[in-house]
Amino acid sequence: MKTICLYFEIHQIIHLKRYRFFDIGTDHYYFDDYANDTSISHIANNSYLPALRTLIDMARESEGAFKVALSLSGVGMEQLERYAPEVMDLLQELNNTGCCEFLAEPYSHGLSSLAPNGEQCFREETKRQVEKINRLFGQKPKVFRNSSLIYDDEIGSVVADMGFKGMLTEGAKHVLGWKSPHYLYHCALNPNLKVFTRDYKLSDDISLRFSNPSWESYPLMADTYMDWIQNSPEEDGIFNIFMELCALGIYQPLSSHVLDFLRALPACAKERGIKFATPSEIIKSSKSVSAIEVMYPMSWNDEERDTSCWLGNPMQREAFNKLYSIGERVLLCNDKHIRQDWDYLQASNNFRFMTTKNNSVSMDRGIYESPYDAFTNYMNILADFMQRVNWALPQDMDIEELNAFQTTIRNQDKKIQSLENQIARLKSAQKTKKEPVRK
Amino acid sequence: MFGWEFPPHILGGLGTASFGLTRGLANQGDVDITFCLPKPWGDEDQSFMKIVGMNTVPVVWRDPDYNLLKSRYRWMDPQDYYRFRDHIYSDFSNLYTNDLGCIEFSGRYPDNLHEEINNYSIVAGVVARTEEFDIIHSHDWLTYPAGIHARQVSGKPLVIHVHATDFDRSRGNVNPTVYAIEKDGMDNADHIMCVSELTRQTVINKYHQDPRKVSTMHNAVEPLPKEIQDIVPQKKPYEKVVTFLGRITMQKGPEYFVEAASLVLKRTHDIRFCMAGSGDMMNAMINMVAERGIADRFHFPGFMKGKQVYECLKASDVYIMPSVSEPFGISPLEAMQCEVPTIISKQSGCAEILDKCIKVDYWDIYAMADAIYSICNNSSLYEYLKAEGKKEVDAITWDKVGGRILSRYKKLLGIK
Repeated sequence: MKTICLYFEIHQIIHLKRYRFFDIGTDHYYFDDYANDTSISHIANNSYLPALRTLIDMARESEGAFKVALSLSGVGMEQLERYAPEVMDLLQELNNTGCCEFLAEPYSHGLSSLAPNGEQCFREETKRQVEKINRLFGQKPKVFRNSSLIYDDEIGSVVADMGFKGMLTEGAKHVLGWKSPHYLYHCALNPNLKVFTRDYKLSDDISLRFSNPSWESYPLMADTYMDWIQNSPEEDGIFNIFMELCALGIYQPLSSHVLDFLRALPACAKERGIKFATPSEIIKSSKSVSAIEVMYPMSWNDEERDTSCWLGNPMQREAFNKLYSIGERVLLCNDKHIRQDWDYLQASNNFRFMTTKNNSVSMDRGIYESPYDAFTNYMNILADFMQRVNWALPQDMDIEELNAFQTTIRNQDKKIQSLENQIARLKSAQKTKKEPVRK
Repeated sequence: MFGWEFPPHILGGLGTASFGLTRGLANQGDVDITFCLPKPWGDEDQSFMKIVGMNTVPVVWRDPDYNLLKSRYRWMDPQDYYRFRDHIYSDFSNLYTNDLGCIEFSGRYPDNLHEEINNYSIVAGVVARTEEFDIIHSHDWLTYPAGIHARQVSGKPLVIHVHATDFDRSRGNVNPTVYAIEKDGMDNADHIMCVSELTRQTVINKYHQDPRKVSTMHNAVEPLPKEIQDIVPQKKPYEKVVTFLGRITMQKGPEYFVEAASLVLKRTHDIRFCMAGSGDMMNAMINMVAERGIADRFHFPGFMKGKQVYECLKASDVYIMPSVSEPFGISPLEAMQCEVPTIISKQSGCAEILDKCIKVDYWDIYAMADAIYSICNNSSLYEYLKAEGKKEVDAITWDKVGGRILSRYKKLLGIK
């Protein structure tokens, strides 16, 4: 039986403000609240709200047959809570239908999994995102998806080590080769981690091409789409259709009736005996056909499906290396603001703005005019941020020394408490000793 | 071709551009070029074209001895003198001429410039009657009247090449006489080539030309000769140098550079600024630097020539051109050839063809300061712009421009 695994990503970045180098050391607020507010409201109104309502309707109408997976970055959740709480309400409603599985992902939507010394950061931020999802929706995610579906064997083994059962990634042609994305695979370094590979053709048909009148399949209808799936080879079992949720409404405008298309999918699937399932259900019901070897990181971005749009040029690499050079220190830091800024600065979009590749489909660089502009602005902010971290945790101390101090400080209350207890005990012991003397 | 300047004796970018363009065109093959100059010095490169000195063309009949001519003008064939003499078309004995019947030119931009322009066009009439050619190409407004004259005499199509307009030179306060000459040239031209889209728009909007006859022909750069490539950059490890190189005039926006420099120096001290060149705003700039209290870090080495320019460029870490209005601006390309990261204003024509450099609005001193600081402090940006900028500029050659000009000529002449 053919199964569709539908997954949507919810993430929006925190926009950085124009930050000149004169501001280094004097201004510690890096974000453009107005831009954040307007962009989130725009996306919520034109995409998230209508799309989530449609998903809720689909879940109710199909009486449990429709399943969907969602992942939210921590940064994205913070944004939504602040500027568009109604989206969070709808997510709760969708969660209550029982048709929705929430996945884990790094809190910041950053590239910590790629940093040579970033494993600690990666584990820490994933843990935080999982806790947040658990707190909000009462689900403990079992399946992981990395920022922009970045995956290689090493990342897979770390993810498996964290206790996840499955992971989503891109079905990149250069990795799969003759293999089909329509099967379940497992990580080459740890067979316990199942790997889902995205069918980029079927996914991009919706997220990239749906409203393009010069596309040969335009206009795409739900029954045609389901026919494609049904007419695929007999043995093909799993169809991984992954995209950003804002593909529905932003990349493909609502006027293209993309939501009506989506709404018609469950009925068309039912007629053809195709079912929907969440990643966890698939892991339970299916077996992996083979290991998948991924030597170099791949992602769902650009033609190359690699990490070149974030780390392709030396500027991006310098910014990235500088950022993660202080990762361990930031984790030792208890300052709430530093921790928060750390999350926001990690978001991969910041690096994307610095790309000098010119094949990116009409890229939106936000407030930046050029990659150099984006780089300059980011480096100014990073310089200030690094200075703050160094103020909080002096640079000339090494990590272990700091760690020792931190432990001492963290334990001082306990220590004092235990000492006080001891004093009290001794005092009372003394009393009891003295009392018989008085008598 | 009619031109006013030619290397090695140049006063601005016009000469360099005329040279490169002519050579690019000559390299296409099947093109014979005669280049008319007011006053050649004799050491111009004549390997790919013929130079006619307007100061050697007689307009009044005299009968000098062959050997006298030979000794006076060693670089030209005295026979040409006699050929020109046969085509004197009117009585110009009321003009001031020398013993050979020729008009003297300064070849510069003297106070009686308008008289020189007029004389130039008189002589052009003689040349146009003598030489055989298919097309007339006039460089910049000084030679437009000559071009028009030659067109009227010969009936051949006139192409004018707009290297700059008076709107660029004057920030909008146009000199009416210059404007009249420019407009007259454009009205009479069969085709107008502009060095950038920016200039093209000025020509269309301010000179009211038909967009169909105005095309953009971006400038290029000559590859650096070996001796210049071999200059070893004199760099100090402990400080960075930011350079401005050009005429210190209103058009080049020097005051924005000073402002940006003073902003940068508020935060850092290991950067030096250098404003090379001379011009009518130089004293005002020195004053301004003193007022800002940054004179210890801001230097005025004066006008530079030839090799000095490249030595100065190679010693720099950042090159900046904050021009308010720059029809093209060839100097950032030269800086990029010397592997110097470059900041240019968006109001420069060369911004249209350059990508591997930082572009800012000329008035945005904050962005300019930020860009300077960023290049000096982030080695990855510096290295990237250095390497990629060189690659980009190496691909911009006069041969390509020559090819485009030739195909435009063919279109004009109806050759397929």
